[in-house]
Amino acid sequence: MLSKRIIPCLDVRDGKTTKGIRFKENVDIGDPVDMGRYYYEEGADEIVFYDITASSEGRDIMIDVVSRVAETIFIPFSVGGGIRSLEDMRRVLLAGAEKVSVNSAAVKDPEIISRGAEAFGSQCIVLGMDVKRVMPSAAIPSGYEMVINGGRTDTGLDALAWARRAEALGAGEICLNSIDADGTQNGYELTLTALVSEHVGIPVIASGGAGSIDHIYEVLTKGKADAALVASVVHYNTFTVREIKESLHARGVKVRMTW
Amino acid sequence: MIAIIDYKAGNLRSVERALRGLGVECRVTQDRAEILDADRVVFPGVGAAGRAMADLRQLGLDRVLRQVLKDGRPFLGICLGAQIILDRSQEDQAECLGFMAGAARAFSASLSSRRDERLKIPHMGWNSLEIVREHPVLKGVAPEDEFYFVHTYYPEPASDTHIVTTTDYGIRFPSVIGRENLIAMQFHPEKSGRPGLTILKNFCEWDGGHAQ
Repeated sequence: MLSKRIIPCLDVRDGKTTKGIRFKENVDIGDPVDMGRYYYEEGADEIVFYDITASSEGRDIMIDVVSRVAETIFIPFSVGGGIRSLEDMRRVLLAGAEKVSVNSAAVKDPEIISRGAEAFGSQCIVLGMDVKRVMPSAAIPSGYEMVINGGRTDTGLDALAWARRAEALGAGEICLNSIDADGTQNGYELTLTALVSEHVGIPVIASGGAGSIDHIYEVLTKGKADAALVASVVHYNTFTVREIKESLHARGVKVRMTW
Repeated sequence: MIAIIDYKAGNLRSVERALRGLGVECRVTQDRAEILDADRVVFPGVGAAGRAMADLRQLGLDRVLRQVLKDGRPFLGICLGAQIILDRSQEDQAECLGFMAGAARAFSASLSSRRDERLKIPHMGWNSLEIVREHPVLKGVAPEDEFYFVHTYYPEPASDTHIVTTTDYGIRFPSVIGRENLIAMQFHPEKSGRPGLTILKNFCEWDGGHAQ
């Protein structure tokens, strides 16, 4: 049977990795190619590189990072951030990424999902979702609303309805980030994760809130996630990917133990 | 020299990079003479069976590949390349290459695990192999090693003697198949870390024979 995946996420700006705490106060902590290699050797099952660059020079630097990563690690990795067109997708995939993730651009133009899936295959297209908890209403019955632009803009879209629509459009996977939990290290948003995971037929990667191995265990079991994204806890060496996997394995979660 | 067959089907560069990383000389090519001249051939592919077959035929590569196989050179199919070597595929109802009797089949949409959880399609992520019969390209692969899969269809040879490994995803499906100088795997060895690179390295050293 499939193993649950542990996926370190590296935020990259101008060719350097950073970690955003609630999308603010980014701190440089290293070189993305070296860090990618480090996590590959530590047993990461996949790696996400998230481009938070605003400038077009920065985008070109990112493409260079992607091609160097592709020569260095031999597991799948995905690239998100600033993907707005088929051409953006093509550049990243040609540079060697396995998957691209679209977030704000898909909210503004949902057809980018279907066009991407048609051009490159559903397995390449990850829908990134930033979600916050709200009072359930007629427009947002699940009580979870999609937000974009790094959490600054409400969309009025129900997160669960959006996840199902994206699946129908051809998204191959969902990376589900809770804005409320992100950066808190108080645990993933289990209710949200289980809700989405139970209502879509594509894998769900839980994101936001990991502070302990217990949190990861909970989101992969109670939260029904197929994979867990980790950032600060591994970047700041609270524990290593290897320690996460050893602990999960000991608790009966199927994870990949040789690499 | 290893020829990596280029027929517009998906990410060929990852196979090239993995082989280069192993220090193996290889070239992504659709040139018939170059393919016929290669010591061995890697046949990768991501995408849909119907389109892939149309592109192969248009490039005249179906006949070239048949010749490579007939000449006894080691031939490695990967992912879609492990499906369209069969007679046909349920995907697009495509007539395929027929290098091995059998068909590519779709996972049922209602698969469930032994614990009765609904299984998601495509089968995407890391899974292990149960070795049904030993094969030189699997030398050094341990039972706990896992490989990266992403697929909706799987190869089903007509003869069980062509099944080299199986993998469990609600059903046991053939994950490595082979006969004579042909070996093909549904997962991506180029994206499967050290165990995957071991398989690629074994393939590069394999003479196409079956002797143990």
